[in-house]
Amino acid sequence: MSHAFNTLDQVTAVPPKDDSRIRRITTEINRHHKRPDALIEVLHVVQDLYGYIPLNLMTFVSREMKVPPSRVYGVATFYHFFSLRPKGEHNCIICMGTACFVKGARNVLEKIETDFQVQPGETTQDGKLGLQTARCFGCCGMAPVVVLDTDILAKVTPENIVGTLQEKIGNNK
Amino acid sequence: MSTKYSVTIDGKTVEAGPKQTILDVCKTAGVDIMTLCYLEGVSNVGACRLCLVEVEGTQKLLPACTTTVAPNQKIQTNTDKLKQYRKMTLELFFSERNHICSVCVANNNCQLQNLAREAGVDHIRFPYIFPEAHTDASHKEFMMDHNRCILCTRCVRVCDEVEGAHTWDVMGRGYQSRIISDFDQPWGDSSTCTSCGKCVEVCPVGALWPKDAMLGHLKKSPEMVTELVHKRKHRS
Ligand code: SF4
Ligand code: SF4
Ligand code: FES
Ligand code: FES
Repeated sequence: MSHAFNTLDQVTAVPPKDDSRIRRITTEINRHHKRPDALIEVLHVVQDLYGYIPLNLMTFVSREMKVPPSRVYGVATFYHFFSLRPKGEHNCIICMGTACFVKGARNVLEKIETDFQVQPGETTQDGKLGLQTARCFGCCGMAPVVVLDTDILAKVTPENIVGTLQEKIGNNK
Repeated sequence: MSTKYSVTIDGKTVEAGPKQTILDVCKTAGVDIMTLCYLEGVSNVGACRLCLVEVEGTQKLLPACTTTVAPNQKIQTNTDKLKQYRKMTLELFFSERNHICSVCVANNNCQLQNLAREAGVDHIRFPYIFPEAHTDASHKEFMMDHNRCILCTRCVRVCDEVEGAHTWDVMGRGYQSRIISDFDQPWGDSSTCTSCGKCVEVCPVGALWPKDAMLGHLKKSPEMVTELVHKRKHRS
């Protein structure tokens, strides 16, 4: 009876320094004065920004909020709303925050919706691409911003996004 | 000022104080109630439902360990209905995971086994579920077998409230609930566990045990943790 335990490597992977989403999470934690009972609100923000709750960010949240690891994991697995794995093989999150919206995020989103036949919160039929929207990744200077897996794409246009996505999906056949 | 008042337990009038649980009052009055998840010294969660009692004026059965008494309450602890429910609850424990006493390290030292004997459980009327569950041998001193875990959460509470490590918690929900250490990692990888062994002492079944325990010779002492809690209270 084997069980897929989470490994130390997964849990301790340090999130990249230049990922502006970390700051957004810190802001949310501070907004609640690091109160442990704000855990659910904070996890919502993580899921919004990443499309799911990555293990190493659970570690981050656990340390910052001083909530025991097993409690964070327990809460994240109790609510069906939270997901611990990315939904698609590749995942694309479109920022719909004010700055990105003003700079045309809507057009980017609509282009993806029609070209890939996928709605936010869902994956394409072949499971290759998951689509999600978020509100502000904290790097508005790069608007409109799209996060594709671990890459943060700046100044995205409806024209260049399709190619980028196709390349990504095709690459990993 | 706290005021005392009286309640009736199985027809006997006894004295009770506010904030006391039905279980506390029964204990003082010398009335035996079957418990399993209850552990003196840690918080009560009402997980096992074995301590259910009947209270006049309500249709619901109430867990004695988490229900506080109210003045003039009339409590029944051993009606036929309760005996039936207790037996059923015990059988459900046996039917869910994999309780094969003869090959269990806790055989003859198991609270579930003792209670089943006491309640007269001689066969299980429900279909066995046997969900996929795993064993974790990664800790250098202790073992965890989820096949025998009854989710009483004693280990979770002791580790959090007494040791202060909070290594364990519960993940998922319903029948997919599992006890986890840290982020569902192997126990041996835990960064929070101090290897104090308290969880092992209080586990009422053969889910947690020391690796050096021999089959059928396991001795656990949950009282040790209760005493520890008392001793610590007296220090402060
Ligand atoms: S050995 Fe002690 S610290 Fe480790 S899980 Fe058990 S109670 Fe917690
Ligand atoms: S491991 Fe033991 S103490 Fe912990 S929940 Fe399971 S049965 Fe209870
Ligand atoms: S609005 Fe898109 S990054 Fe801030
Ligand atoms: S002892 Fe009361 S519910 Fe378990």
